[in-house]
Amino acid sequence: MKRRYLSKKNVEHIAWLAHIELSKKEKTLFTKQFNDILEYFKKIDEIDTENVQPTYHVLDLKNVYREDEATPSMPIKEALKNVPKKEKKFVKAPRIV
Amino acid sequence: MTKLHATTAKELVERIRNKEVTAEEYVLSVFERIHRLEDSIHAFVTVTKEKAIEKAREIDKKISEGKPLGRLAGVAIAVKDNICTKDTRTTCSSKMLESFVPPYDATVIERIKKEDGIIIGKTNMDEFAMGTSTETSYFGPTHNPWNLSRVPGGSSGGSAAAIAAGEATLALGADTGGSIRCPASYCSVVGVKPTYGLVSRYGLIAYANSLDQIGPMARNVYDCALFLSIIAGHDPSDSTSAKAAKRDYTKFLKSSVEGLKIGVPEELFGEGTSGNVEKQVWAGVHKLEELGASCKVTSIPSLDYALAAYYIIAMSEASSNLARYDGLRYGYRTNRDNGDWSTVYSKNRRIGFGAEVRRRIILGTYALSTGYYDKYYLKALKIRTIIRRDFEKAFKEFNVLISPTMPIPPFKIGEKIQDPLALYMCDVDTVSMNLAGLPTISVPCGFTAGLPIGMQIIAPPLHEDLMLQVAYTFEQNTPYKNQKPPLK
Repeated sequence: MKRRYLSKKNVEHIAWLAHIELSKKEKTLFTKQFNDILEYFKKIDEIDTENVQPTYHVLDLKNVYREDEATPSMPIKEALKNVPKKEKKFVKAPRIV
Repeated sequence: MTKLHATTAKELVERIRNKEVTAEEYVLSVFERIHRLEDSIHAFVTVTKEKAIEKAREIDKKISEGKPLGRLAGVAIAVKDNICTKDTRTTCSSKMLESFVPPYDATVIERIKKEDGIIIGKTNMDEFAMGTSTETSYFGPTHNPWNLSRVPGGSSGGSAAAIAAGEATLALGADTGGSIRCPASYCSVVGVKPTYGLVSRYGLIAYANSLDQIGPMARNVYDCALFLSIIAGHDPSDSTSAKAAKRDYTKFLKSSVEGLKIGVPEELFGEGTSGNVEKQVWAGVHKLEELGASCKVTSIPSLDYALAAYYIIAMSEASSNLARYDGLRYGYRTNRDNGDWSTVYSKNRRIGFGAEVRRRIILGTYALSTGYYDKYYLKALKIRTIIRRDFEKAFKEFNVLISPTMPIPPFKIGEKIQDPLALYMCDVDTVSMNLAGLPTISVPCGFTAGLPIGMQIIAPPLHEDLMLQVAYTFEQNTPYKNQKPPLK
């Protein structure tokens, strides 16, 4: 029998962490799909990775620095062009507290 | 003489330069083609006709005044809609960015403009590049020009379909796990995923930034080499940009594979591979053998773990990269936003993102969460090290590796979209090169029942020259580039 990795409740919790609302129908559908996908991901347990270092990216780069020089900034009007809700020179945010 | 819309970039630049045709005439012929075919193909999200005609006139003026011309002078170029274009909306085929207008050009766009290329529009794609079929686009699917009921591949499906249908001469794609090569294969065009870092990602909207790479798509290998020469090269705006010397890749296009050693990894002909695909790719390998290369079957066992490792890494990076879409500074924002911040963000992200994007963000969040980080994310990164090492080993024995690009021919629109895992499986032959950062090209290598098949040529990092040479030799000695889709 197939293992269940995630319950509907788990999915609700992770979606909440990711700030994504899900409909009732989606919670059921996603839970099933996630369990199928995680069943496939189980494959990675077969390979021995003892003493292997992780590769975060393939380049031989450490930190890339540049001179801290001031260059002209984008005008406020342009920077705010894509803001859905604004007031004067500000982005209008939802209630935080 | 070849019809204008079917001309290659190389030929076109010469004809415009020699005043056989004006840039404006040619661009108008491309838009005439777009106008005629878009209802059935749907390769574009946005078409920029006025700007393109204006640019064409500028080029024609330069010619009449005898001013120097760029290397892409007059060529109509389609751009995948996840690459930022100043003052032209860039949507990632998502409702989230439906009306996002970037205030700057990506570095690749600046380089195209500097060489007098003409941008004709933004192409359809899987939403945020998450898909293999261009079906997850918020704007609806793109249709394969070879068979309109089939998918064009993805995620750069619009770019490939536009070239195949004669709606563009060159196109930019981006490849995270096969997104250039898959549609190139499915639409019988040539597509290059360069070495990670060779082409600047500045202005490419991130999906999985340690895997993403912009690359050229075209009707033939020469055009890809020309286009790559222009977009490649170090960019200080991208901290992961490789410090590789700028090269003219067209200089390496000689028709010869004499003495080259080609490896054929058996893992890339796995159990899901269609018999016809296998047969056709092997015919391609034998062709290269006939032309003087030596070929040998080889085994890279870690490739069997590439798909799972890739999806874990890609989803994890996606969950982090896409956290920026809160609907505040740009992107979709609901009108019912009088709730607290968390509820508003969650609503914006539910309505703004399609199902596949939400699935990947949620699973990526899970793979990075406490208790599962080591089990999934870290484990996948270690497998990535092993795969990279194994490729290095293989390249000690072989100059290049060859495999099918896709395990199966283009499937029907709607056939797999309900089953995410079945779609993921289609990426089985393409993801490992992103994990290892290797340059890979897909070239047409035949047809089965009228549907295109593509062959991948994989080279060591920064050996685009060799990769292109093998691809060019293959193309010169096979008839596939001359076949055109059955469109009116």
